[in-house]
Amino acid sequence: MFLAAFALILAPAPQDAQPHAMPGEEPVEPYKVDPANAGATPFEGEGMARAFHGRPGIHRIVDRFVDSNFADGRIGEIFTNQDKIRLKRVIFEQFCFILNAGCTYTGRDMRSAHKNMGVQQGDMNRLVENLQAAMHAERVPFAAQNRFLSKLAPMRGNIVER
Amino acid sequence: MARFHLAAIFGAAFAVPLATPAIAQQVAEPGKLLLTNGISTVEGASGGGLAPWAVIAGNATRDGIGAQASATVAELPDYDFRSLAIAVGAWDRIELSYARQIFDTNKVGGALGLGNDFKFDQDVWGVKLKLAGDVVYGPEWMPAIAVGAQHKKSLDAPIVTAVGAAHSSGTDYYVSATKLFLNWSLLTNVTVRATKANQLGLLGHGGALGDSHQLQVEGSAAYQFSRRFVVGGEYRTKPSNLAIAREDDWWDAFAAYGINRHLTATIAYTDLGSIATFEKQRGVLFQLQGAF
Repeated sequence: MFLAAFALILAPAPQDAQPHAMPGEEPVEPYKVDPANAGATPFEGEGMARAFHGRPGIHRIVDRFVDSNFADGRIGEIFTNQDKIRLKRVIFEQFCFILNAGCTYTGRDMRSAHKNMGVQQGDMNRLVENLQAAMHAERVPFAAQNRFLSKLAPMRGNIVER
Repeated sequence: MARFHLAAIFGAAFAVPLATPAIAQQVAEPGKLLLTNGISTVEGASGGGLAPWAVIAGNATRDGIGAQASATVAELPDYDFRSLAIAVGAWDRIELSYARQIFDTNKVGGALGLGNDFKFDQDVWGVKLKLAGDVVYGPEWMPAIAVGAQHKKSLDAPIVTAVGAAHSSGTDYYVSATKLFLNWSLLTNVTVRATKANQLGLLGHGGALGDSHQLQVEGSAAYQFSRRFVVGGEYRTKPSNLAIAREDDWWDAFAAYGINRHLTATIAYTDLGSIATFEKQRGVLFQLQGAF
């Protein structure tokens, strides 16, 4: 009984299963929640999730990745006004979803999420390098890093400003 | 600081009519992913050493102008080959290149009556335009596609016509498609070239066995072991127009290492086949390239 109640508290309420902003996050404009917003289909099987050391590993990668972007001398200013708490959550969800590590994605689609951020190609490349550094720190094998990037690379057109 | 001054010099030399602050910023903050400027080919265009790829020289992205310079040395059983190249890449779209090739005949020169250490010299002027696609980003099956031309001028016109070349200068035209398949960490390139050059043009263009442009194929494949390190191979077919000497296809196996954003070192085992009747010209090729 106690366990069941505890589970109820932890589980999101059914009618509001995918809130647009979680506690501790800044409010966001309402949008339609859809895992397809992640911009890529998940890998099949458990191989990729294992290579990224499961959800704990993905958490460490995302924390390091987001922190390094905020601290980056070149692209840090793009992130200055971003909600770091929310960013860490939705990027974790997105990576975890794509890597088939047992998550769904509740964030916005890539075009809306990066709208008017003024991301240039050089910024995107720096972001990729920061992600590579975070995956390297987690000791994800390089071939698996590239396989993951193969899911992200097609999103470029929705992120970089023309 | 040195880099900044270099940027200022290049900005002044190549980019006078353009918006200088934006360029200076991009030049000082290079933006291409490591190794995606390729390595200089022996003809000056960026690519994989032998074959030009659909990548643009220098570290600048579509928002800037960059450049690279390289020195290539190949030590062969009977010859030494040197190529010094410089290339400017603008907006990840247009590339202009120049290479000076020096082909030292060592003792073969004496045997051929040219004198020991006779050197065949050649200038190669290149232009490349990236038409579509991207080597890394975008749809997985959409490669970067580029077209290019290379004008080659032998500096030893009397000699190359004496060995049977119909012309001492000529122009190659090519189209390249290049993609890094991230899913397999595999970079592949296919280039189709229309040419009548004899041994890259070092022995002129055309001859008794043919004097029209023929289509040749150049293929490259390279596996990416890390951000910095790739290992691959290339194959390049060539025409054989001269009556006095058969010309073979070329191939190499290379390893390239991105020491940092500005320096790429390449070592290759290369087989240039028969050159001026001297068979089995196999040896080691080194290249050091600087880019910003």
